[in-house]
Amino acid sequence: MNLEKVVFSFFIVLALTLNFGFFLGDIDNPLHHNIYEFFAALVVSLAATILKFGDRSSMGTLLLASSLVADLQLIVAAIIWGFATEAVGGGLATETITSIVSLSGGALLANLVSVTLLLIETAILRR
Amino acid sequence: MAATKKTLLLWVKQRLSKLVRLDSEGTWLSERFGLPEPVYEVEKPKIDRDKINVIFLIFKRMRQPLMVLLVAYSVAILGLVLVPGMDADGNTVYMTFFHAFYVVSFTATTIGFGEIPFELTFGQRAWMIVTIYTTVIAWFYAIGTILSLIQDPSFRKASSEYSFSRAVKRICEPFYIVLGYGDTGRAMVKALTERNIRAVVMDTNEDKISAMSLKSYGATVPAISADATLPANLVSAGLKHEECRGIIALTPLNAVNLKIAISAKLLKPDVKVICRADSDDVERNMASFGTDVIVDPYHSFAEMVGMSLHSPALYLLYDWLTGVPDTELSDPPYPPGGMWVLCGFGRFGRAIYSELKKAGIRVVIIEIDHARLEGCDDPCVIGEGTEVHTLIQANIQSAVGIVAGTDDDSNNLSIIMTAHGLNENLFVIARQNKRANQILFDAVDADLIMQPGEIIARKIRMLLTIPLLTEFFALACVEDNDWTNILISRICAVVGDIVPSLWRLEIDADYSPAIEKALKFGRKISIDVLMKDPRAREQEMNCIPLLLCREDENILLPDEHTLLQSGDRVLFCGLSDIENHMIMIMRDESLLNYIMTGLSGAECSVFCWFQRRLIGDRRKGKRHLGREQS
Repeated sequence: MNLEKVVFSFFIVLALTLNFGFFLGDIDNPLHHNIYEFFAALVVSLAATILKFGDRSSMGTLLLASSLVADLQLIVAAIIWGFATEAVGGGLATETITSIVSLSGGALLANLVSVTLLLIETAILRR
Repeated sequence: MAATKKTLLLWVKQRLSKLVRLDSEGTWLSERFGLPEPVYEVEKPKIDRDKINVIFLIFKRMRQPLMVLLVAYSVAILGLVLVPGMDADGNTVYMTFFHAFYVVSFTATTIGFGEIPFELTFGQRAWMIVTIYTTVIAWFYAIGTILSLIQDPSFRKASSEYSFSRAVKRICEPFYIVLGYGDTGRAMVKALTERNIRAVVMDTNEDKISAMSLKSYGATVPAISADATLPANLVSAGLKHEECRGIIALTPLNAVNLKIAISAKLLKPDVKVICRADSDDVERNMASFGTDVIVDPYHSFAEMVGMSLHSPALYLLYDWLTGVPDTELSDPPYPPGGMWVLCGFGRFGRAIYSELKKAGIRVVIIEIDHARLEGCDDPCVIGEGTEVHTLIQANIQSAVGIVAGTDDDSNNLSIIMTAHGLNENLFVIARQNKRANQILFDAVDADLIMQPGEIIARKIRMLLTIPLLTEFFALACVEDNDWTNILISRICAVVGDIVPSLWRLEIDADYSPAIEKALKFGRKISIDVLMKDPRAREQEMNCIPLLLCREDENILLPDEHTLLQSGDRVLFCGLSDIENHMIMIMRDESLLNYIMTGLSGAECSVFCWFQRRLIGDRRKGKRHLGREQS
């Protein structure tokens, strides 16, 4: 058992599940999308990225790339969220929550790619 | 898998059988151990250089600190969001993620803007205490790791290697790799950059390389301290670069030079390999696998001494033409014929000895080591040569010259000073082993000083920067003394008292389009066209054509009216700025036209047409006039 593998798999799967939980629900209903879940998804996704820093295997670079994509999507969503509530004010408008959720949907896809790559790698190694 | 291993093993065996030949008899080790005969057409396994990518290194080392930072931040932010606060009116409000991130950011970096957006409650303050201690420590940990990473020697080495190989890759002109940055290497790099040829330097000594960054050459010279015996380092120095013209191995160690020569010839067979060799064994070994040029400083110097003995004028010519341009011209030495005393009978002594013998000079040898004197039938004295009695025993009072040729500078200086005390009129040849002792050798007033670094640099400079010079001397050797004397006085008249620069001009479409075009139109261009001053055609520039090279013949000192042909190469000597004027003439059609006819021609097409009509008319008129006259 490789501890590094366990830790990384844990984070990447957790990022996927958290993101999925956040994404689930009506796209235009703020009540279906919990901000704490979003925060957790962002933090776990960042952690997964950091864990892949400096990995020079070809699979490692692919995983780094896909989790960077997820980070980018989630960070953009966070900026939109912060801007809409703090600068504009007046709670979450329908358009805002729609774009946040769709961005997190993109991140979800990137997380899915990461997990798929992880599964492929595991299947190839057979160890 | 097994097959690959077998091929690799075979390859290594074959290589070893060819390469390992360092035993004294010069026999292949392969013959001794019964290894198979060397086979040349074997595919080389690719060198997989483990490139250390600096960015990867940083990221890998930053994993842990970044992780700590992320955890500290997210816990602190989450806590701040969850702990209830109070606004100015006493209502319970929760901090938003945005504000929490803001507060944690300025707290972690110890900036501390205060309690915003509202004054904090007790619960919030309690959490802030936790936040301050965790995030600030995490932040310093991350910063500290980055700083220590930057100062880490292995990181610095990796980054300097990275920037070096990038600098080499970016070179897009012909360049040479100089290995060994000692006295010779320094002189070599200077000579190359002066002729606008790029150089790449590698030396094992880090101090030499860092001292190099203080020196300024005309172009950037990428340099690195690395072990040149590792083939991977040679590759990163640009051995496989398509612009790499040659590799110059000048390290003081024979074995290192040998290894470099072998690696270079194996990895890139068409590259020019120039090596320094201090012993005959190594020289023969290098020659065996096709090293292009092997420079032995002792033999080269002995040849020069021999030249100065039988033809001082030719020696002077050689000294002038191969010297560093724009330095002062040297005076000719006139080593007298008579009895000579030779101190030190090592490689240097032997080389000088054979030249002196060739000139028919009587020699007395002083040497402390009996073994070295074997097979020498001239009178010998056993001793250092530094003591008065050995010198007197060698009959120094009646000698005309002395060679101080031991491998110790203090001994050589001592020999010269003692000998001078016994006989004032001696002609002194001194061997200088270390460049640092230059001032001492200047002070001791020797007639000829042999400094290995300078001799090697001179020889290689001649080969690399002015290729036609070798041909010139091959022809000049045959000429008599009068011819040489006349040439020397001509050179003196042209350049005054500084060393002339030499340059080579080529007549072809790339290098001299204007001349090539004019020749195609059937115009006759002689050498003196090139020698006219482009600012005023009546004046001749101060230069001498030394050699004209054609496919079938080499003309020594071509006449000024010799007609140029396409494909000619001409070697000139003169003042250094004339080369640029000549290149201008050879490239610029209107300038060439002005030099040949005295007319400043039109350059744009409209004026050309106009001029053609006018001049055409005038010519017709002239022809008309001519006909009338006849």
